[in-house]
Parts: sequence; C-alpha cells; structure tokens
Amino acid sequence: MKAVVLGGTSGIGRAVAQELAARGDTLFLLGRDAADLERSAADCAARNPEHGVVGTARCDLEEPEGFAAALDAADAALGGGIAGQGFDTVIVTAAMFATQDALEADVELTRRLTTVNFANSVVFCEHARKRLLARGGGRLVVLSSVAGDRGRKPVAIYGAAKAGLATYLEALDHKFRAQGLVVTCVKPGFVKTSMTAGLKPPPFAGEPVAVAHQIVRAMDRGKPLVYTPRMWALVMLIIRWLPRFVMRKINF
Amino acid sequence: MLSGWGGQAVPGEERVGESLEALSRGAVLSRGLGRSYGDSSLPANPADVLVNTRLANRILAFDEATGVLRAEAGLSLAELNRVVMPRGFFPPVTPGTKYVTLGGAVASDVHGGNHHVAGCFGEHVRALRMRLADDRIVECSPTVEPDLFWGTVGGMGLLGHILEVEFKLERIAGPWLFVESEPMPDIDTFIEGLDRVAGAWPMTKGWIDCLHRGRNLGRGLLIAGRWATAAEAGTRPPVEPRNKTLPIMMPNWAVNPLTARIFNSFIYWNAPRGKHQEIQPPHMFFYPLDAVLHWNRVFGRRGFTQHQCVIPRAAGAPAVREFLRELLRLNPTISPVCVIKDCGPEGRGVLSFPMAGTSIAIDLAATPDIQKIIDRLNEVVIAAGGRIYMSKDRFTRAEHFAKMEPRLPRFAALRDQYDPHRRLRSAQSVRLLGDRA
Repeated sequence: MKAVVLGGTSGIGRAVAQELAARGDTLFLLGRDAADLERSAADCAARNPEHGVVGTARCDLEEPEGFAAALDAADAALGGGIAGQGFDTVIVTAAMFATQDALEADVELTRRLTTVNFANSVVFCEHARKRLLARGGGRLVVLSSVAGDRGRKPVAIYGAAKAGLATYLEALDHKFRAQGLVVTCVKPGFVKTSMTAGLKPPPFAGEPVAVAHQIVRAMDRGKPLVYTPRMWALVMLIIRWLPRFVMRKINF
Repeated sequence: MLSGWGGQAVPGEERVGESLEALSRGAVLSRGLGRSYGDSSLPANPADVLVNTRLANRILAFDEATGVLRAEAGLSLAELNRVVMPRGFFPPVTPGTKYVTLGGAVASDVHGGNHHVAGCFGEHVRALRMRLADDRIVECSPTVEPDLFWGTVGGMGLLGHILEVEFKLERIAGPWLFVESEPMPDIDTFIEGLDRVAGAWPMTKGWIDCLHRGRNLGRGLLIAGRWATAAEAGTRPPVEPRNKTLPIMMPNWAVNPLTARIFNSFIYWNAPRGKHQEIQPPHMFFYPLDAVLHWNRVFGRRGFTQHQCVIPRAAGAPAVREFLRELLRLNPTISPVCVIKDCGPEGRGVLSFPMAGTSIAIDLAATPDIQKIIDRLNEVVIAAGGRIYMSKDRFTRAEHFAKMEPRLPRFAALRDQYDPHRRLRSAQSVRLLGDRA
C-alpha cells in the first residue's frame, strides 16, 4: 500500500502511520511542522521492516491553496515520477480541537475551527478523491467524530463541523464506491491523545494504538463507517435514540 | 489524582503530549507508565507540574548493523519489542514488566535476570538528551558530561528530564528461550544454586516462598534461561495471547496470610519435581505478571508496596536467612510472588540499586502496620550492609536510607551543580533526600 497521511505526526494519525509502517506499507507524511515531520518519517522508516523510505511535505488544513501541491509532491515521491502510479490511499487525521467554552468565548476561533474541520477538510478530500478516481479508485480514510452524531451541549460547534464532514463522506461512499473509491468514515470516541489532554477521560476511553489497529482493519475491509473504540457504537446508538427533552436535561 | 503501581493515589496533575521539549519546560518531574511502586513518580506538592512522557514514543534512528537505537523517552519496551524482536534484537536488559518507558528504565536503572553478566540498563545507554533544571537542553553520554550522565542513570529523574535515549540492543538468535527450572528445598540450597547457575547461564531468577518457616524456609523455584537456538525452538514466531485483565478492584481481604500460603504451596507443589527443561516464549519468561493487566488491583483499595533489597555477598547466606526469619516474625500480609536474584557488581550509576549479593523483592499490602514492618526490614538490611531499591519504595525513612546509601553525598553534589535550588523533586525526594515539600 502507498498511503498519504495528513496528520500522521501526532495523536491517532501517528499511531495509524506507525501501524502501517510496521506492516511494510510505504508512507508519505503531510503536516504543519517540517522538523516534526522529519522525526515521524524517521520513526516510520525505523519501524518498517522493508525499510520503505518515507517522504514528507508541509500541508496545513488552514492553507487550502497548498493542498494540490502537497498531494502532487506525495504522488511524485510515491510513484517514482510516473504519473498515476503514486498513492492508492489517503488518510486524513488532522483537525482542530477546542472546548465548547473556548469556542463560545471566541468567534474567530469558531470560524477557524469550523473552516478547518469542515470546509477545508472537504476541499482536501476533493483534491484527494479526484486524483484517486483518475487512477481507477483507491481508499480515502477520514476521521470524523462521535461528536457529530447528535447535537450535544459540550461539543455543539466541534460536533457540527464533524457532522458535516461525516455527511460528505457518506455521500462520497454512495456516489463513488461503484467507481472503485472506498471511503471510510472513522468516528472515534474519547481517545487518550494530546488532543484530549486535560479533559477527564470518560469510561471506555481508548488508547491510540488500539484505536489505530481498528481503523486499519476497517480500512482493509472497506468498511464505510467505523466507531472506535467499539463500545462507542453502542453508546452512540443509545444517544441517537434519546428524545430531545432528555438531551436538554443531560450534559453529555 | 496520580498514583504509582502500588495505588494510594495523591492529588496532582500531569501534562500529557507528544513534544517533551515543550512539555518539560518549567516542569519539576517526568513520569512514564507509572510502574514504579511507590512515590518516585508522584508530585511532592499538588501544585507541582509533572510531565507524562508516554505519548512521546517515536524511534528516531535504528541501525540494524550495530543494534544502536535512539528514541523518544516515552517509548515502552512493549512497543519496542514488537518492532525489534522480529528483526532479531531485544533490549540488552529488561525488567519484569514490558510496560516501562525508556526514560523510566534509565531513571530507575532497571536490572533483569541477566544482571550478573549484562549489568543494568544504563550500562548499554550511549547518550541521553535532557532538559535540565535551568531549562537548558543538553546531550550527555559516558564521555560528554559523564557526571550528569551517570547521575541520571538511576537518578530517579532528579537531575533533569530525559527527552531521548540512545542505547544498544542485543542481537538474539531467535525469539524463544531455553529454560531450566529446579525446585530448591530451602534458602541455603537456593543461594548456592543461584551462585552455581550464574556461572553457566546468562539469565537467572528465582521465585521464593516467603511464608513457610523451619525446614522449608526460603524454598522455591530456581529458573535459568538463555536464548534458544533455531535448532531447539524452530523458526515459528511466538504468539502472544490476548491480555487478560483484572477488571475490578478486589476487596482488601482477598490477599491475606491464608490465601497467600495456599497459593505459595500450590506454586511449589505444582512445579515439576527435579530439574525440568523447556522452550518458552519471551512473554512467559520475561513478563509473567504482564499477562494480567491491572494485577495490582488484587491488593484492594488499600494498595501495596514492594520491599526490594539487596544483601551484599559479604554478609552471605546467614544474613539472607535472618532477613527471611524477621519477615516471618513480622507476619505481614504478603503476596505469594516473591522474587530472589543474585546481582552482579555495582554499576556506574551514582544511585543505581544493585550490588553484588542477593536481592529479594516482596509485595506487601499497605496494612495499618506497614510502616513498622518496613522499618524493621530496613534495620535488618542496614545491619547486613545492604540497601533498598528506590523505584519500589514508599515507606523507608530518610535516616534509614542515609545509612544504606554512602553514595548520597555524591548525588547531592551533582544536584548542587545541576539543580542548586532543587527545582526538580518528587514526593520520594522530599521523603528520602530531604527536599522541601
């Protein structure tokens, strides 16, 4: 497999990149910080038994004008210069996070977060899926969130952006699966990463390594939707069925 | 709340993240997976800023020609083993759990079954990248700033935050172990046995029954191992079973003198009589307790501590016998899993635990009389000229520790040099080294 990972230097994305490297996949890492990308590239190369050389390029979800160039760089590196022979998989784990309190206190932060997590994520996926479709298909794996499953008090804004992204990914799956584009929408529950540092972990909080393992399995099997850790599928099933008068009362 | 492996949580918070350089700025202590039993990784004061290193887990370089590997300090041996074992490498020294970070392995200068031939983990470390108390970031090694380096090896994180560790892995013939075990009827035979097998085997350890007295005092199982050859073990890779877990906190009475005695007798009589040889997978040989996650819950909410001491060779078998007798006289609530091991010569780490002699580790429930028990055991250790392992300790008194550790002034001088205001501290350094709380 030749995969591009946007956000592979930290959090769930790092664990996914490490898991793919360990099984010998070739990777190209996209992220914001060049020095950090180099360290992750070294990590993935060291874990890769095939010694697959890993490339990197800067790509920031806040700078959509750079998306095409970043994906072209990945394509060139992974395809050895032959057009259409580049990546067959694109994984997007990068996103922004802020608590509801912080977002409510700062509308500029709200604008940035909804732009990054929805509009710019969709734009990045559009660039990626066009390239994949042009070569007959491939895999697109994108992290949404359980926060998007229901309008919930503590994640009103973050959840809304992730809900929009999930709806887009569902439509991609409906529209393009017949053409060979396999889209997997990942909905992580609470995972103990740097993103959630400082928040109190609820029951069923997941570890990045285990979550990455489930994501890679779902991707290999071509699942359109995966909740991880598994328990969150059940938790969100219940939450989705709660009537509004209950949702108004509870603080979940 | 933060706690070590022995429970008994204290108020405090830790910074979690991937960049140790960013997190360690202004912090007073780094901690990893929290497997030290006592208060080595706990804050002296709830307001102290601690760093948790576990998300800093990247391998930065791995040279398969030499086995030299450099990684961020939060990489665990569990993860490291998954990467390097299929390629014929293993950590040069591993403690009894794989849930230890590289930073933790250096700070505790961990030892393993091969101590008599390989020394402690620190002996195999080539370089450390550290953040010091004055917020400088430095690289040290046995040749560059050697005082800082050997003070940090076994220094419990008190000279600086360990950010990166470079060390040399051991090349192994294959992932399996050739293991020989033999029951030992009493303590004198056991100490002789440990001495005898140490000459012939690279790895030795012993499980000892600390609850039966008289003729049976110190009976147990002597276990020796070496890496198996491909001819002995075949080439199939070992399959690690899915982890079991102890999902709930057990009641305090679950471990009591009766259940412990029954369990001990079961282990002893369940083992094969006479010499027994077999091929074992590495997780069974090195990490038997890791098979059950959260096994520390067996002691209940009260928590527990471990007393691990080393009785110097000069004091000999009589001192070990005296230690076990005293233990039985105190009749503590003890776990059935006591470990005995003969240690090789003292390493270069300024506060590194092992010295040539016999080491005994006992898990003790934190019953109301635990302080008295630890005090009494420590008096026996002091009389024998031995010392205790800081990474296991929560109850030793400063005056006892000072008597065990003639090396303390050297360590204090290093702290004067690198951290004169004692910015870096832990609950343990307040208790044992007299730092202000």
